[in-house]
Amino acid sequence: MSGITARYWREIPRRYRGEAVKSVKTGKVYFPSRLVEPGNGNRKFKPVKLEYSGELLTFTIIRIAPRGFEKQGPYALGIIELDGGGRITTQIVDVPLEEVKIGMRVRVEFRKISDDGDEGIHLYGYKVVPER
Amino acid sequence: MRDVYVAGIGITSFTRLEYPLVEIAAYPGLMAMRESGIKSIDQLYVANMGAARVNHQSGLASAVVDNLSLTPAGAETIENGPASGASAIKQGFLAVASGMHDTVMVIGAERMREVNNLEATDFVATLTHPMAEYIYGVTLPSLAGMFARLYMEKYGVTSRHLAMVAVKNHKHAMDNFYAHLHEEITLEGILDSPDASTNNPIVADPLRYYDMCPVSDGGACLILTTADLAKKTGKPMVRLAGVGQATDTHAVHDRKDPTDLLAVREAAKKSFAMAGVKPADVHVAELHDAFTILEIVESEEAGFFERGQGHVALQEGYTRIGGKLPINPSGGLKAKGHPVGATGVGQAHEIVLQLWSEAGKRQVKNAKVGFTCNFGGFGNNVVCLTFIREG
Repeated sequence: MSGITARYWREIPRRYRGEAVKSVKTGKVYFPSRLVEPGNGNRKFKPVKLEYSGELLTFTIIRIAPRGFEKQGPYALGIIELDGGGRITTQIVDVPLEEVKIGMRVRVEFRKISDDGDEGIHLYGYKVVPER
Repeated sequence: MRDVYVAGIGITSFTRLEYPLVEIAAYPGLMAMRESGIKSIDQLYVANMGAARVNHQSGLASAVVDNLSLTPAGAETIENGPASGASAIKQGFLAVASGMHDTVMVIGAERMREVNNLEATDFVATLTHPMAEYIYGVTLPSLAGMFARLYMEKYGVTSRHLAMVAVKNHKHAMDNFYAHLHEEITLEGILDSPDASTNNPIVADPLRYYDMCPVSDGGACLILTTADLAKKTGKPMVRLAGVGQATDTHAVHDRKDPTDLLAVREAAKKSFAMAGVKPADVHVAELHDAFTILEIVESEEAGFFERGQGHVALQEGYTRIGGKLPINPSGGLKAKGHPVGATGVGQAHEIVLQLWSEAGKRQVKNAKVGFTCNFGGFGNNVVCLTFIREG
């Protein structure tokens, strides 16, 4: 992973504050936000904050980590269905890897994601932890 | 629309190649021209995914058309991720079918081994959603890992089934001179023996090292033309009868069911409908097994097997050479190799060779209808081709 410096500040609303959009037509939540809703062409959305709790749909344990994440491996990465609608893909942390299961309840937390190697900026965003 | 036929084919080894990218593209072109006797090319399409990023070279088709001394023929570079190859074939098909050009050369070429594996994986990961996936360290192997876990849980597929795909495709590649990996493997060596965890470490659980394709350099070529010009080559007449393409959401998590490969299903359906054949009519298929799980699931989504039955067909030997529907007789991406932008052209090369009955030891008997599935992104842009031998 590299070349994220400009994205860093551009994406603060969604990564720091979990800002998503909700379709006025179907009530579905989209994250990241979309211009046009799939299936019906709707373009009317209202801003909404993601609910920071949900359920793990699927996951993988990364044993050989990609660039930018070399020091973090092994770690769990999964798709989370949030309670208020919308999905995110991110790391599942603060849990022994063997305890990560499909269907487990999780909570979204604000965490450091990685360092941008060349530019040296810390990148923050969301990760999930087990609900206790 | 005019019917479109294959006049000639060419290929390089899919491996680490020590010559420049333009020559990786040019050699298969020269091979296809020499063997078909075709000397005049109206238009060149070059499929490539990473030259601007990995090789620091843009406008690849302009370089290749000059390198082949085919100027002033038209030339365009086609980028559609790992489905660039079949996308370029689609453009070639349209050019001949429309009557705009009579003879079109389609080349796929990639030189990924210019960089190390971490950088190559990062380059391919730029396909993922930049805001929802990439920044969280999502790569293609991790998407495949999440996909595999859910799919395996739903349909009772095990690591053993995945390993069977690898064993089969490595075995097929033993008879393919141009394959990247000439290494026969066994279930014992990669799964059962005490050394298996060293031989075959987990990369993105549940996927292991041998569930993943190698990073390859390579090039392949297909010359497409009209029926009249194809007859003059003296080769069996192989018609590109069906071209289907379909797309799906960019981020995998936006799919209602993340194990659903909608784009494969739709692209295959369109390709078969255009060719006027059914999945059951297919004699040989090249599927996009960048990860072993994908061969199993694509074989279902293309309509060869019911959902959840692909691994059963595999286990029963249905999909090996000698079985009822051999899949990836070339060795597939798994063992033949995966030079991303070239892969779709490489798949078509194998199918044409099979339909010409020129595949040597890995020949599928009486192959008349062949199918390719070229899978871009993580299933967000898929191109399927159907080839039919006439006579």
